[in-house]
Amino acid sequence: MSTGTANGTAGGADARVGVVLVSHSGPVAESVATLAVGLAGGGDTVPVAAAGGTPDGGLGTSAELITEAARSVDRGAGVAVLVDLGSAVLTVKALIAEGDELPEGARLVDAPFVEGAVAAVVTASAGADLNAVAAAAGEAYGYRKE
Amino acid sequence: MLDAAFFVRWMTAAAAVIDREADRLTELDSPIGDADHGRNMQRGFAAVVTMLETEPPATPGAVLTAAGRQLISSVGGASGPLYGTLLRRTGKTLGEAPQVSAAELRSALAAGVTAVGQLGGSAPGDKTMLDALTPGVAALADSFDAAAVASQEGALATVPMQARKGRASYLGERSIGHQDPGATSSALLFAALAEVAK
Repeated sequence: MSTGTANGTAGGADARVGVVLVSHSGPVAESVATLAVGLAGGGDTVPVAAAGGTPDGGLGTSAELITEAARSVDRGAGVAVLVDLGSAVLTVKALIAEGDELPEGARLVDAPFVEGAVAAVVTASAGADLNAVAAAAGEAYGYRKE
Repeated sequence: MLDAAFFVRWMTAAAAVIDREADRLTELDSPIGDADHGRNMQRGFAAVVTMLETEPPATPGAVLTAAGRQLISSVGGASGPLYGTLLRRTGKTLGEAPQVSAAELRSALAAGVTAVGQLGGSAPGDKTMLDALTPGVAALADSFDAAAVASQEGALATVPMQARKGRASYLGERSIGHQDPGATSSALLFAALAEVAK
């Protein structure tokens, strides 16, 4: 399935930043995606893809699922990749270092997973560029709970 | 000089020794990790061997680069990107030469080890694979056998360390007294290298 790029112009003014959520757990990634899209409001949200767990449904990180997810949300304006722990962080970093595994403009965003995902999806849905999306997600680290 | 066939033999021997030691690696990973290191490494290196048998790359650098890529895509845990980066950076540093000297391998491996430290944000003493890789590469200046011994000693030296990286770091002082599984599997890579160099 191809949804194409906005107005058919990759990287054009109407292209949206995509968001990929990488967790060690499939259900966690799916649920956080649902949460973020839900909180971003029912309207016109950006493409969000979950890449959780291993392809056989176990706990862990799958380079294959991450690559597929990133390609599926790429509209030419960049892809913000949010991750949870350990191997999720290292795998995305390694894939980006590979150069040609993830879409051009894919970026590992340094942010808390749940709060950052909500901030990223809300900001991207408002039409912000990748820098603004990454900044908004990262700012979630500054929101203390005590 | 070492040719592509030598590097294929190294990776195949590494897969064999990891297969033999998989249960021990997982046992070491039980008290301080998530008890999957042996199985993850077994799966990753089995994928490497399959790739090497199906389409063996033509140069030493290409063998290691392709092996590293397999590890990143098939391991499923942190050891995938870490070992993948080690082999890929080493392979890329070797370039496209059809044969390389032991000295060239040593300096390429040193670059690979540096890349692992950058990826994980870790240094020797953090109770990670670097504690075996770093002394192993240093001892390669003497011989392959010396590297195997030094990396094995490095892995044993992780026992009294407190983990500062990875899942084990959450345990704080309770990580002390356990040998690091990543350092242990790193020593196995040097053991396999010494074996095929005989």
